[in-house]
Amino acid sequence: MEFGLSEDQKLLQESIRGTLERVSPLERVRAAADKGEAEAADIAQALTELGVYGMMAPEAHGGMGMTLLDAALVAEMLGRYVAPAGFIATAVMAPIAIAGAGSKLQQEAWLPKLASGEAKAGVALAEAASGAREGAGVTAAGGKLNGKSLFALEAEAADVIVVADKAGGLHLVKGDAKGLTKVRLTSIDLTRGLSELQFDNMEAEALSSGDAAATLRRVVDAGRVMLAADTLGAGWMMIEKAVAYAGERKQFGRVIGSFQAVKHMCAEMASELEPCRSLVWYAAHAFDTMPDEASLMAAHAKGMTGDVGRFVARTATEVHGGMGFTDLLGLHYWFKRIGLDRQLLGSPERVRHEAAVMQGWAA
Amino acid sequence: MDLAYGPEYDAFRAEVRDFIARHKDKAPKRFGVSRPSEESLAWQCLLLEHGLTARTIPKEYGGYGAEPDILKSRIIAEEFTLAKLPMGIANQGISMLVPTLLELGTEEQKKKWIEPTLKGDVVWCQGYSEPGSGSDLASLQTKATEDGDDFIINGQKIWTSTAHAADMIFCLVRTEPDAKKHEGISYLIFPMTTPGIEVRPLKTMTGHAEFNEVFFTDVRVPQKDIVAGRGQGWFVANATLKHERGMLGDPNQAGARLKEIVDLMHEETMDGTRLIDHPVYRDRLMQLQARVFAMQFHGLRLLTASLKKEDPGIARLIVKLQGCEINHQLAALAIDALGEIGVLYGDSPHLRAHGSWQHRYMFDLGLIIGGGTAQIQKNIISERGLGMPREPKPAKA
Repeated sequence: MEFGLSEDQKLLQESIRGTLERVSPLERVRAAADKGEAEAADIAQALTELGVYGMMAPEAHGGMGMTLLDAALVAEMLGRYVAPAGFIATAVMAPIAIAGAGSKLQQEAWLPKLASGEAKAGVALAEAASGAREGAGVTAAGGKLNGKSLFALEAEAADVIVVADKAGGLHLVKGDAKGLTKVRLTSIDLTRGLSELQFDNMEAEALSSGDAAATLRRVVDAGRVMLAADTLGAGWMMIEKAVAYAGERKQFGRVIGSFQAVKHMCAEMASELEPCRSLVWYAAHAFDTMPDEASLMAAHAKGMTGDVGRFVARTATEVHGGMGFTDLLGLHYWFKRIGLDRQLLGSPERVRHEAAVMQGWAA
Repeated sequence: MDLAYGPEYDAFRAEVRDFIARHKDKAPKRFGVSRPSEESLAWQCLLLEHGLTARTIPKEYGGYGAEPDILKSRIIAEEFTLAKLPMGIANQGISMLVPTLLELGTEEQKKKWIEPTLKGDVVWCQGYSEPGSGSDLASLQTKATEDGDDFIINGQKIWTSTAHAADMIFCLVRTEPDAKKHEGISYLIFPMTTPGIEVRPLKTMTGHAEFNEVFFTDVRVPQKDIVAGRGQGWFVANATLKHERGMLGDPNQAGARLKEIVDLMHEETMDGTRLIDHPVYRDRLMQLQARVFAMQFHGLRLLTASLKKEDPGIARLIVKLQGCEINHQLAALAIDALGEIGVLYGDSPHLRAHGSWQHRYMFDLGLIIGGGTAQIQKNIISERGLGMPREPKPAKA
């Protein structure tokens, strides 16, 4: 019985932490956000050197065939440093989709390139994961895609995009394909890329070699665990910043961190967020080894960190007082990252409903 | 990550299951806060004999003498919870006094007290809190003054559960009035039949007297009945409090309660609709399910840390606060989903689950306050877990 990280996993997380601390300091994040650069090339390069983009691809295709728990440790660090870098789509969701439902040819064409970082992938499946907004949805007929998909992740500069249609089918679309229009969606979080994809009778390859429905489920589960881990990392950074600020800021002749009102806010944040780590680890491990529990645990991890993340983001901002509200400290990058994580791939309300359905408690 | 227990433990689990299958009919229906019944005493002896309670306590003191094995203890707890069987007598004598004597008692004290305590023949109560000393326990004022070979004790204790039924008390008293507050306390053990002790039941909001007040008027106790020496009481008490906090907020208990609520929401209807089909109550259930799962996995994480002898840091400090809060919210959901039925109590018609949800809702609030209030827990989490500064001491007037 061992529920914890191996020495290798601890080392992996430390090396990602060390690199991101160096390549993704606040000034770099701010500069990228100011330029509308959700995927900074220098940060992507540093992550490539660490092999991050090959984590989930199978070894037979040039990847490392690592676990989702390993990927969650990376996602946590990316959230901690609000890194403007692709990861969830290109390193996790797309490789799982292609490995799960792609033909041998499709796998050979894309997995090695994604693993080496030579090519980037996006995913467009918000309608399947979060429900379709009015007018959204993609139909597939005769090898052509029509319609639109909102909130595609890391799709703007992607070489290839995994698209889910209304019937739950998966497709591979080239980033520069004819008939594809990408519209940038500007969200509160400038550290990550969101797009609307419009398909006009566009030719696409179906990902139809495996069980597409089961693969879509796996892809969404993995994405939810990654977002939960991202919030875990971003949330802990906000707590650490709040504690540090409260230890320096003086009012009424003493540091505000010595007032119980402030200490208790910090204690509440920590005691709400730390159990999320245990749930995220378990959900990732369930994805890796316990398929029966994977979807339920991914839904719960996403839902709980979504709610706790919101509490931490607002409370940590409050601990910083007026300074927390300014652009000066840059605390808002974490606040907004957590805010985006909460809404993507199923809000807490949505995933809890799904969790009830999975257990036969709702229709 | 490896959630399998392995063959040795699977075999042990099979043994525990076998015991349960053979003996479950002998289990007492409930353990009260008073003296154990004949049935409970017999059950306790059966568990002792099979090493299912007091497992690691040395044989010479009446225990089973097994090597400490956290996984085996956990397996026993899991299987008994699953079978809804009592784990044996769980009073403060067993959970707090016995570990304290093992750690700090004299050989004579261990020989004399541990075995009868484990068997349930000697029942203890804990004399710590006082009316003026709750969260600030070290300010306690119950005095023990020297008189020849004895101490003479005067003062009052409160929140003393089981005092009305107890044979013995382990008690914190001030023996060194001139020492600093933490250094003037001693830990004494003495019979509740000693002249000068008066026990008054303290009825709580639940309607039951779960606690007592205990008054001491010139109570004479031999000086030799001290544990770990004069002025050492605060140190001894802290060694015991860690055992108490470990007991509060058990996530597997929360898991069992969640399951009861799931059943309840499937059975109960409102306007002909099952409660589970009511989206608002169901959403609350799902929120709590996530939190209960999180704390159960958190428990696995802490278990792993203790197996590896690692300090889990802040992960450990949050357990009492989170665990008690979740239990309280579970009871609240059951009450809310039951509507008016949820307020029924005592022996009312239409009562569900013997009124236990209301009892738990109130009693769990007591647990949020007791064993270190939620606010004291937050001080501990922020100071020891997050390294935040202590509240400055007010300047002396």
